[in-house]
Amino acid sequence: MEKFTQHKGLVVPMDRPNVDTDAIIPKQYLKSVKRAGFGPNLFDDWRYLDPGDPSIDNATRRINPDFVLNNSQYEGATVLLGRENFGCGSSREHAVWALTDYGIRAVIAPSFADIFFNNSFKNGLLPITLSENEVEQLFQEEAEGSGYQLQIDLEAQTVTVPEGGSFSFEIDEFRKYRLLNGLDDIGLTLQHEDSIRAYEAHRSSEAPWLFR
Amino acid sequence: MAGKTLYDKLWDAHVVRSEEDGSSLLYIDRQLLHEVTSPQAFEGLRLAGRKPWRVSASLAVPDHNVPTTERELGIVDPVARTQVETLDRNADEFGITEFKMGDIRQGIVHVIGPEQGATLPGMTIVCGDSHTSTHGALGALAFGIGTSEVEHVLATQCLVQKKSKSMLVRINGSVGTGVTGKDIVLSIIGKIGTAGGTGYAIEFAGEAIEELSVEGRMTVCNMAIEAGARAGMVAVDQKTIEYVKGRPYAPSEEQWPQAVEAWQELHSDADALFDYVVEFDGATIAPQVTWGTSPEMVVSIEDKVPNPDSEIDDVKRRGMEKALAYMGLDADTPIDSIAVDKVFVGSCTNSRIEDLREAAEVVKGRKIASNVKQVLIVPGSGLIKEQAESEGLDRVFVDAGFEWRDPGCSMCLAMNADRLEERERCASTSNRNFESRQGLNSRTHLVSPAMAVAAAVTGHFIDVRELVGGGD
Repeated sequence: MEKFTQHKGLVVPMDRPNVDTDAIIPKQYLKSVKRAGFGPNLFDDWRYLDPGDPSIDNATRRINPDFVLNNSQYEGATVLLGRENFGCGSSREHAVWALTDYGIRAVIAPSFADIFFNNSFKNGLLPITLSENEVEQLFQEEAEGSGYQLQIDLEAQTVTVPEGGSFSFEIDEFRKYRLLNGLDDIGLTLQHEDSIRAYEAHRSSEAPWLFR
Repeated sequence: MAGKTLYDKLWDAHVVRSEEDGSSLLYIDRQLLHEVTSPQAFEGLRLAGRKPWRVSASLAVPDHNVPTTERELGIVDPVARTQVETLDRNADEFGITEFKMGDIRQGIVHVIGPEQGATLPGMTIVCGDSHTSTHGALGALAFGIGTSEVEHVLATQCLVQKKSKSMLVRINGSVGTGVTGKDIVLSIIGKIGTAGGTGYAIEFAGEAIEELSVEGRMTVCNMAIEAGARAGMVAVDQKTIEYVKGRPYAPSEEQWPQAVEAWQELHSDADALFDYVVEFDGATIAPQVTWGTSPEMVVSIEDKVPNPDSEIDDVKRRGMEKALAYMGLDADTPIDSIAVDKVFVGSCTNSRIEDLREAAEVVKGRKIASNVKQVLIVPGSGLIKEQAESEGLDRVFVDAGFEWRDPGCSMCLAMNADRLEERERCASTSNRNFESRQGLNSRTHLVSPAMAVAAAVTGHFIDVRELVGGGD
C-alpha cells in the first residue's frame, strides 16, 4: 500500500451531501476483476453527458461542461472537499480505487459513511473529518480564487490553508501508523496466528456447531 | 455494573485480542462471497501465496450479474460472464462451497445465508456487500466490508475492528394492517436520517419488531445500512429458533439443544445501557414511499412531496431541490397522484416467500394497469421460486401480466440486463433510490412489496389498505 505522510495538493469541491458510492463509480464498472483502471470513470454519470459502459471508449463520449471535475481549473486536483455522509451506500471498494486511480489522495468532509471510511485506509487514501464550520470555511476560501491548495500533514494531524492557518483532525493511532508506514494489514494480523488458533480451539469446544 | 447489550455479547464472544488503541482482532464465523467484490481479494491471496484460513467458513454465490431470464443461454455480457466464471474458478481452486448459477440453491447472497442455515444466531458474519446487515435479524453481528477486508478474512478469519457505539431503536405498540417491515424501516430512516446511525450498531426492538416474522426482521435489518449503521440486529426469540431448525447448515440434532441454550442468551439484558435510544409509536406508521434520491427522503402515502421552501438548512434545501429536479416531481404533489412506468419486486430487502405472498394477495384477480410498461417479480432464490410456484403465486403474477423471473439482484442495482430507461419511474421494493441506481437517469421510489404491486395494478401510488380493505 502507498504510504501517506505529507501531501500538498489542489482542492476540488464536491458541494453536495450524501455523495454515494454508486455516484462515485457506477455499477457497470464493477464488473472488472481488477483493482486498477477505474479513474476515467470516476463520477461517470455526472462527468459525461452520454451513457457509459466498459465497452465504450471514454474518449468518444461527450463531456459534461458543468461538472466540476471537467473544469480545467481543477485539473490535477488531489484533495476532494465534500459534504456530510460522503461515500454512503454500497460497500464497493471500487469507489476508493476510482478516487485513487484518478489521483485523489485525501477527502475532507464533515462526516463519512463507515465502510467507505474503512476502505480508504486500505488504499492509502486519507479521509479527514473536520467540523461543518471548518469544511464550510474551506468551501468558501476555495470559491474565492483559483488554484486553492491545502497542505496535509498526517504525522501532525493538520490541514493547513494557503494563508497559513491550520485545522487539526483526529485519527486512530493504529490506522495512522499503518498509513504512515504503508503496512499490509494481513501480514500484521498473521503475527497473531497463535492467538487466532487458541481462540478457535476454545470456541469450538464451546460452540462446536460454528465449526462444521 | 450495567448489563450487556446484545451487541456487547456478540462482540465479546468474538474478540481474539484487544489492542491498546481500543481496536480488536475480531473472529469471523462466516464469510459470504459473491462475484463482484471477491475477485480482487482472491487475486490478492494468490499474489501473496496465501491460502484461506478455514474454507468451511466461506460460502459463495453469484447474484449481482446473473440473468433473470433465459438462463439456458448463459450470461450474454462478456464482462459479466468473466466475473461469474472468475468466482466459479476461485471457489473451485480454493475448495469453497459455491451455489453456481444452475443450482436451485442459487440466489441473492443475503437471502440464501439464512435460508440455508448458514446464518446462525450468535455468529459474526461478513460479506463484501453493505446489505450484510440483513443477517442481524437472527441475532448475529453482521456487517458489510470492502474487498481488502474480504481478502483479510479469507487469509486470517479475522478483522481488525473498533467497537461501534450502540443504539436502541424501539418501536412501541403494534403497526396497523398493511404496514410491513419495509414501512417500519423506511419510517425510521426518515426520522433519524441516512447518517443517523453512522458509528452505531443498531438493535431493533419493541412490540412491532417482536411481532414481525424473522423474514420481516431481515427487511428491517437489511436497511440499517441506509441509516448509516453497518450492523442492525434483533434479539433471538422462539421465532428465530423455529426459523433455523432443520435448515441444511443448522446445528446437528446432537448439537441442537446446546446451541438453543446458548442462543437464548442472545438478547440485551434488562439493565443494559445503550449510547443512544430512540423510540417510535408503531401505530403512527403508514405505508411509506420515498420521493427523492436518498432513502431518508421518504413520506407516508397519505402525504405530499415536501416543499424545499420550508427547509431552513441551506445544504439540505439545495439537496431537496436537486432531488426534485432529478425525480421530475413538483413540491406539494400528493404522493398518490404519482404515476409509475415500471414496478420491481425483488432484492435482498424484499424477495422472500412472505414478500411474494403479500404481493400476490394484493394482485389476485387484478391486472397490470394500462400505463405500466413492465412488472418484474424476482424471487430471492431458486428455492423461493420453487416454493412460490408450488403455492401458485407465479400464476397470480403471470395472469396479471407480470414477469416471473429467475433469482438474482436484478433491477435493484441493474448490473445485469434488468434496468430502467432514462426518466422511467419505478415503484421498487429494493433499498436504494440513488441517482441512476436502476439505470441511467432513472427514478426510483422505494416501497413495500404490497405497495409496489398496488401501484402496478392501479398505475400510480395508492394506499394498499384501500385495495385490500385493511386499515384500522
